[in-house]
Order: sequence, then structure tokens, then C-alpha cells
Amino acid sequence: MSTKVIHVLYNDDDVLMDAVKATRAAHHHIEEVFTPFPVHGLDKAMGLKPTRLAICAFIYGLCGLSFATYMMNYIMIQDWPQDIGGKPSFSYIQNMPSFVPIMFELTVFFAAHLMVITFFLRSRLWPFKKAENPDVRTTDDHFLMEVALHGNEEEAVEFFKNTGAVEVKVIDKH
Amino acid sequence: MYTFSGKLKTFSIILMVLGIVGIAYGFLTAPKTVEQVEVILSEQHHGGHGSHDAHAAPAHGEATAHATPAHGEADAAHKEHQKHLEHVLHQLQNKPWAAVYIGCIFSMLVALGVFTFNQIQYAASAGWSPVLFRVMEGLSAYLLPGSILFFLLLVASSSHLNHLFVWMADGVTEPGHANYDAIIAGKSAYLNIPSFLIRAVVFLAGWNIFRMLSRKNSLALDETGDLTYYKRNFKLAATYLVFFIVTESIMSWDWIMSIDAHWYSTLFGWYVFASFFVTAITVIALSTLYLKNKGVLEFVNTSHIHDLAKFMFGLSIFWTYLWFSQFMLMWYSNIPEEVTYFIFRIEEYNLPFFGMLVLNFVLPILLLVNTDFKRLSWIIVMAGTCIIVGHYLDFFNMIMPGTVGASWFIGAAEIGSVFFFGGLFIFVGFSAIAKAPLLAKNNPMIEESKHFHY
Repeated sequence: MSTKVIHVLYNDDDVLMDAVKATRAAHHHIEEVFTPFPVHGLDKAMGLKPTRLAICAFIYGLCGLSFATYMMNYIMIQDWPQDIGGKPSFSYIQNMPSFVPIMFELTVFFAAHLMVITFFLRSRLWPFKKAENPDVRTTDDHFLMEVALHGNEEEAVEFFKNTGAVEVKVIDKH
Repeated sequence: MYTFSGKLKTFSIILMVLGIVGIAYGFLTAPKTVEQVEVILSEQHHGGHGSHDAHAAPAHGEATAHATPAHGEADAAHKEHQKHLEHVLHQLQNKPWAAVYIGCIFSMLVALGVFTFNQIQYAASAGWSPVLFRVMEGLSAYLLPGSILFFLLLVASSSHLNHLFVWMADGVTEPGHANYDAIIAGKSAYLNIPSFLIRAVVFLAGWNIFRMLSRKNSLALDETGDLTYYKRNFKLAATYLVFFIVTESIMSWDWIMSIDAHWYSTLFGWYVFASFFVTAITVIALSTLYLKNKGVLEFVNTSHIHDLAKFMFGLSIFWTYLWFSQFMLMWYSNIPEEVTYFIFRIEEYNLPFFGMLVLNFVLPILLLVNTDFKRLSWIIVMAGTCIIVGHYLDFFNMIMPGTVGASWFIGAAEIGSVFFFGGLFIFVGFSAIAKAPLLAKNNPMIEESKHFHY
């Protein structure tokens, strides 16, 4: 069985914002919005949950810090505590200032890279991925709102035409 | 329009009175003769006081080591003992002076930091902060009384009322004199009392004139709506920032680094700047929260608070970066002439030295890293308290070791000085805030700032 969706196209982000608010108020379910650039406040208007990527990054940073501490404690203090230029390798804390640059960099490295990878995984982005663009114009100067169609088709189309749309299409989605 | 509430006024006056009592107590109980020091030391020895024992021990050990059998051990030990007593006497006599000095320079520099932040906002044409300009202008009003008090302290040091600056002592630059110090003598082209005082006058007067003009223009803009005043303030801010960065750097050498006249550090000016600048922004944030709580800052929303909290967070890290860069470079290379600065602090000031790192870095970073937390008043008050206490300790660590050495403790004079200058800061700052409407009217950025949303 095929489901039907409505593709509504706009050519202005302000119109889009108003349309999104009106659509939500009329209890149509917005499946997706495609825009050529970030529209400020769109996520709030759509009622999307805030991202937890920052929390991930914080945890990854702690992992990096632990890794750096463990690594240097093992190498410099436990495994071969050599006297290098009079540095006190008796315990980690005694020689800690010289490890701080590495601890800092690894914290940043882990936080940044793992967060980016998390972002790619969560948003399903990778090389050779097939683009999911419903209309080529949405990467240039058009905004597209995809709404699930339940009930009366004519009524829905009429509703979206009144939201300032430049084009309303009913699409069969397989 | 804000009226200086009677409660806060009484509170600040009580703080000042308590402060004066504490400072007076500190001065009255400071020992005047070597005999008194002997009594104090013997009491501490019996009481088993840690820091003095630790300090006294090497001196006595040295005494026995130096004593040769020919001269008689007892005689040399006695001489060393007398020398040690005199050393401790000078430290204890310095203690109340140093306590006042720290409170005075810290509060004065915080006012300067508030003004500098204000000028940066002007020069950057910031769109978010104009609703806070009157708070900043008000708090920076403390700069004038603060500078006058501070200059009087510098004059007191220059007229040998205390021994805060070792290079000011008699005969330090005269070859053959008992106090002669070749290293300080080599720096005397820079470190001499007349040029020291002239520099102080130029810096303090310069900052105060800039502040006066900026405030005048800001009020005139309110009255007339003539944008030339705004443009004038913009140019003034740009000029001030150039003047500030040069004078601030030299100021830190003169008023803080020269206390340890044998030591030098190249990033010291930045380090001092970071310390009082982050405190200044914290003071702005706390005052804003207080006024917002009173209901007189209707246009200030959580986004403004959020921005201030971001500055507190970022600059705390900036301070730590400079602290660590200064510490680690000297620790790593371990050159005796510069590393003694830190060795002495780690040995004798262990808790304040590392404690401030927790207060200034660890707690703010954990409290303020979260976006939602940066909008909660109580979190900002908590982090702000850490930052203010921490940076007071930072100044304590910069000034105390060079003036009172191991004879430090946080007693009546230190707490009294914090109370006195804190009370005075609140009194002057909030009186000035009450003198003008809290919303700068005709600033071209004010509409944007009112609707600022992050």
C-alpha cells in the first residue's frame, strides 16, 4: 500500500516559518522540512527536541582525558620511569605539568572527532550515500515542507495553498 | 530609575565599619619590637604552629652550620637568631599593610576591569550589552575613590611607612651599604620612587579621565539624542583600549611584580589582566542579577545573563591558560632565578596556591559548561562567588609571599580589608547606579539590545 504525502514549496523563509506554525496549529503532521540554509528558530517552530550532541562531546572529552592520563602514567611512570633531564618521574602528580599539554589536546581531539562521527552516524551521512533530496530547488532557493496526508486530499491542498505556498504537490510515496 | 535601597546602604556601611575595625586591629596588634616577635614565636613554638616551625627550622639549622668551633657555636647562633627575629618582625609589620594593599588594588582593578569591559562593548559596537551599560558605568564609578586610596597607599610605601616594596628600602642602590643589592641597583633606572609615582599618577589619572569623559558622553546622549556623542564614545573607547593595554602591562610590573624585585615574568601583565577582568565581569553579572531581582532592569532577560556567564566561563579558562603557561614554563625549565617564585609559593602557600586553581578553574568550568545552567541565577551566584574569592586569593598569592613571606595567615586585617573595600565598592557603585536611569535611552544599539535573544 502506498502512502501519500504533500510537498509544499515556499520561496521565503519567513513564509515557511509562518506556514510551519499554521500547519502545527491545524494538527497536520510535518514529516520533514528541506531548506537551502539553516533557518533560525525552525526547530523550535517544528517542536523538535534539542540535540544531545553537546552532552556526548563532554563525555567523549572525559574519555580523552582518561586515556591521556592512563597512557602517560603507564608509559612515563609505571613502565619505564627513566630520568629524562631531571624530571621527577616518581609519581604522576609530580611530573603532571609536563603532561598537561597532551592531556588537553587529547581531550579536545576525542571530544571533537567522536562528536563529529556521532553526528554523521545519527544523521546518516557518509560518502556514496544516495542523496534524499525531493526537489533540486531546495538546495538553491526554495523551501519544501513534506506533510503526511490523512483524510481529505482536496481540503489539505487548499489549506496549504493558503499558507503562501508557491507550489503544492501530492506525491505517492512507496 | 533605581534608588539605592536603605538595606543595601546599611549593609555596605556595616561592612566598611567592620572592615575598619579589622584593619585597625591588624595594625594595633602588629609587633613593634624584636622582643615582641620573640614572645610571639615562642608561643607559636609551644603551640606547635606548623608554618612558623617550618620557617624557623632552616634558619636555625643554618645558624649551626655556619658556626665554626673557633668563634663559638652559641655566639653565631645567637646572631643568626637575632637576624631571624628581625626578619620576622618586618614580615609581621608588613602584614596589615599588605592586607590593605591587596584589598585596595583588587577592588580598584575590578572597577577598572568593569570600565574596560564597557569600553570593549563600545569599540565592538556590541548589540547585546547596551542595556547593561548603566550598570557597568555605575560600578566603574568606584575607580575614582579606589584610585585615590590606592595612590595614598603607594605614597605611604614611598615615604617608608612600610616595607612592601623591597627596592624602596634605604641604601639598596648604594654600593657598600648594608642593604646594597646589585640586582635591584641594576634595575634602579626603572625602579625608583619618583618615576614610580609619576607613572602611577599618569595611569590612574588617565583611566579616570577616560571614564569621566565616557560617562559624560553617555549621559549627554541620553539627554540630547545627538549621535555625535555616541561616535565620540566609540572613538574614546578605541583610544582608551590602546592606552589601557600599555598602562595595564606597566602597572602590573610596578604595583605587583616589583614586590618580588628579583623575579620577572613576561606574560605577567596579561595574567594580572585576566585575573581582574574575569572578576569584573562576574561583578557585573552578580550586580545585574541583584538589580534584576529588584525589578529595575526590565529589559534584561536570561539571554543577557547567559552572555555574561559565557564571558565568566571563557575568561576563567583564559586565566587558567595564562596561569598554567607562566607556571609550567618556569617549572619545566627550572632556572633557579625564576623558579624560586613558585617554589616558595608551593612550600609556604600550598593551600591558597592550589586552592585558587580549584576555585578559579575547576568549579567554574564544571558549573558553567552547561547552557541551561548559564541561565540559572543561583548557579551564576555560586560560580561567581567562587571566581571572586578565587581571584582575591590570586592577588593574595601574588602580593603576600613577597611582603610577609611565611608569616601569612588570613586574619582580622585580611578579612577587614576585604570587608572595607567590598563595602566601599558596593556603596560607591550602587550610589552611582542610582544617579542615572538604568536604560541608556538614545544609544543606537539599545533597541537591538532590548530584544536580544540567544
